[in-house]
Amino acid sequence: MDTIAWTDDTDAAQPPPFGDHSTLTLHVNGSDRKLTLDHRTTLLDALREHLGLTGAKKGCDHGQCGACTVLVDGRRANSCLLLAVAQDGRRVTTIEGLADGDRPHPLQEAFLERDAFQCGYCTPGQICSALGMLGEAEDGFPSYVTAPDTAAADGPVPLDAEEIRERMSGNLCRCGAYPRIVEAIEDVTP
Amino acid sequence: MSHATQPLGAPVARREGREKVTGTARYAVEYHPAGRLHGRIVPATVARGRVTAVRTADALAVPGVHTVLTHENAPRLREPDDPVLAVLQNTRVPHRGWPVALVVADSLEAARAGAAAVRVEYESAGHDTVLTWDHPGMYTPEQANGGYPAVRERGDVEAALAAAPVTVDATYTLGGLHNHPMEPHASTARWADGHLTVHDSSQGSTTVRDSLAQAFGLGRDRVTVVSEHVGGGFGSKGTTRPQAVLAAMAARLTGRPVHIALPRRYMPALVGHRAPTIQRVRLGADRDGVLRAVSHEVATQTSRIKEFVEQAAVPARVMYASPHSRTTHRVVALDVPTPSWMRAPGEAPGMYALESAMDELACALGIDPVELRLRNEPAVEPDSGRPFSSRGLAGCLHEGARLFRWYDRDPQPAARQEGRWLLGTGTASATYPVLVSPSAASAHAAPDGSYTVRVNATDIGTGARTVIGQIAAAALGTPQENVRVEIGDSDLPPGSVAGGSSGTASWGSAVHHAATALARRLAEGGGVPPEGVTATADNEKEAAASPFARHAFGAHFAEVAVDTLTGEVRVRRMLGVFAAGRILNARTARSQFIGGMTMGLGMALTEGSTMDPLFGDYAEHDLASYHIPVCADVTDLQAHWIDEDDHHLNPMGSKGIGEIGIVGTAAALGNAVRHATGVRTRSLPITPDTLLPYL
Repeated sequence: MDTIAWTDDTDAAQPPPFGDHSTLTLHVNGSDRKLTLDHRTTLLDALREHLGLTGAKKGCDHGQCGACTVLVDGRRANSCLLLAVAQDGRRVTTIEGLADGDRPHPLQEAFLERDAFQCGYCTPGQICSALGMLGEAEDGFPSYVTAPDTAAADGPVPLDAEEIRERMSGNLCRCGAYPRIVEAIEDVTP
Repeated sequence: MSHATQPLGAPVARREGREKVTGTARYAVEYHPAGRLHGRIVPATVARGRVTAVRTADALAVPGVHTVLTHENAPRLREPDDPVLAVLQNTRVPHRGWPVALVVADSLEAARAGAAAVRVEYESAGHDTVLTWDHPGMYTPEQANGGYPAVRERGDVEAALAAAPVTVDATYTLGGLHNHPMEPHASTARWADGHLTVHDSSQGSTTVRDSLAQAFGLGRDRVTVVSEHVGGGFGSKGTTRPQAVLAAMAARLTGRPVHIALPRRYMPALVGHRAPTIQRVRLGADRDGVLRAVSHEVATQTSRIKEFVEQAAVPARVMYASPHSRTTHRVVALDVPTPSWMRAPGEAPGMYALESAMDELACALGIDPVELRLRNEPAVEPDSGRPFSSRGLAGCLHEGARLFRWYDRDPQPAARQEGRWLLGTGTASATYPVLVSPSAASAHAAPDGSYTVRVNATDIGTGARTVIGQIAAAALGTPQENVRVEIGDSDLPPGSVAGGSSGTASWGSAVHHAATALARRLAEGGGVPPEGVTATADNEKEAAASPFARHAFGAHFAEVAVDTLTGEVRVRRMLGVFAAGRILNARTARSQFIGGMTMGLGMALTEGSTMDPLFGDYAEHDLASYHIPVCADVTDLQAHWIDEDDHHLNPMGSKGIGEIGIVGTAAALGNAVRHATGVRTRSLPITPDTLLPYL
């Protein structure tokens, strides 16, 4: 509905640099974004409030729920726990950066196909976390449930449902979509 | 048209699914109006008292802080329709966490620093925050939540219990529980030309519109509330919450749009919660298991500013036949946050107690727990004597027992061991009433052959947007892709709250009638004029009282493994079978049932909120201390249903499904723990520390 015409000030001028601000560059979803930010600004707030990328969600702001998960230099991270000023020069991938043009990422398609969400608020974090998790397993990172002999092998950790459940337990879903989330990730697991 | 028409019940994918998986679905504080400011609440740090001074100079000196609202300068409100909304109106502190100031700043960082710099002085009085069965302040209210009478009695319970050959007398204790939807409560408010517009994280924006109109003394046509996407609610967003009022106040005072998103740790105090309950259940039965007396007595708490009584004894009025019955509620007002709705208020805690007691009775009698329930099936609703419109409990128990392979069990407790693990199975029944609230809808046909239905429904993750499209398409005889659905805006025809598992029945009936009327007019011929054809309807017929007792039913089955070394309980499998009328979307319905069961798993094993008597507050304020289930907790979890053909409901033949999944789950798990170990805990959650001393 077009009943309310919200304007967007995402591109408004940044505040002037004070002693408590710094200018930095984040490589976000393939673009260089130069920002002057308060040193207290988290990466999550930089994305949401300064770059208009509201796909990463604020569920707790304390690293306890995973809704803010993004990829930093290819690894998943809780963006609410990172100060943006400390991420100068890093590559940040958010949910908005996963699609290939109009074609959603296979994980996004799998979440749709499996109905792996309800309210959708944890979903961007779940999908980014799943993507990071697949990379960790590919690189041989063990988890709590990885058998010791598997971890010792110098290669990818095979992911079964138990591995996926364990590795995705940092991303809370209050709607209780977990069984469908695991199925969706299994669908794209090599 | 390339798409075929699909019957109701088809597993249609969510309409907003693509937006949700690509991060483009916008929630309440994700609209960025130019010049927006950020608000941060300063919560009270005493449990009872009054504010004697709010010193704001340090906060105002923080760069970026615009203003600080206190009881001295905040806009005066008319008396709100809910006492929890009367914020910054006086000096009273009714509980810890009550807002005593609001800092408004250019940035989130400045608002947070400003809030930390506000100095509040209090005159505090001794507080009383601990619920006890015989608290001297206990009284019997007239009604419990939902408008149910607080007390119902039939026959002579005491005499029947005294005469019964077998009795159970057990008291179950539940602490507070918190809804904790993933999206914290949030609002973006702005005023333009005397019109207030709020994007609010709400389960019903018509309700929020009405609350704000009342509080600010405005006509309803001067307030618009939008809740397009909502990150869960589970009851906590079913009523207007203080952040909406505070954001509107701050926007009025500053003349700029204001965002407020509650920090997670402020939620336990400000958004309602499930109140603690102490429940005494007494059952008297013959040796064949037939009940002669059912007594369910509930003691609970409310706050000093609002009476909310968790109606935990109400399901005992529905479940089992018994010639003698007493169901009562008592409540005490304490210096605690105001409780409110949390998924299946009444049924969720009440059925934990009743269904645990039924298991205790089955153990005492040596009768299979499924069989015991079947032997007590009533012919009519026990309390009212009304006939059931349909009652699927027996079918759910039979089907669930078959699918779960229930009868393979050895009824002896602590009989199955695998290494350090003790294994057991448990069952429990579920019930939830059929509720319908007034709603209206319109249906429009455009000259291009497409349709638009409009109703102020809210999709909090239920799939409401999708099922409304399906209902309209079915009535219009068109593919659902050909129907545009407009919901989530209070300027639409008024819709009821997404709560009480009533949404689909309430909005859907109005949509069905509007679409049917539109189809009739189109069938009269004459074509569609350029401006289109519109029909409107309400659901007055469905919202009226029914001569039938209308309830959904279900049966849960669970298998647990208990670690004898640590006391940890792991859920191996859970299976629920539900009889909830006609299921309108198999895909989204399954997700709702499983979601409810998962929350029930949390209630049983992980979620606990303890009252700290010294500070006078719930101790678990965040998701690191209040443990909701995680992915690793949920393994083999299945939901099934039995289709019911019930003509006494609504045109779709549906009962609600949003809440019944949590009802009875905790009892099934507790009963499974008892079967595994022989230990009956009678309180939740069953954490290792509660179980280990008995292993």
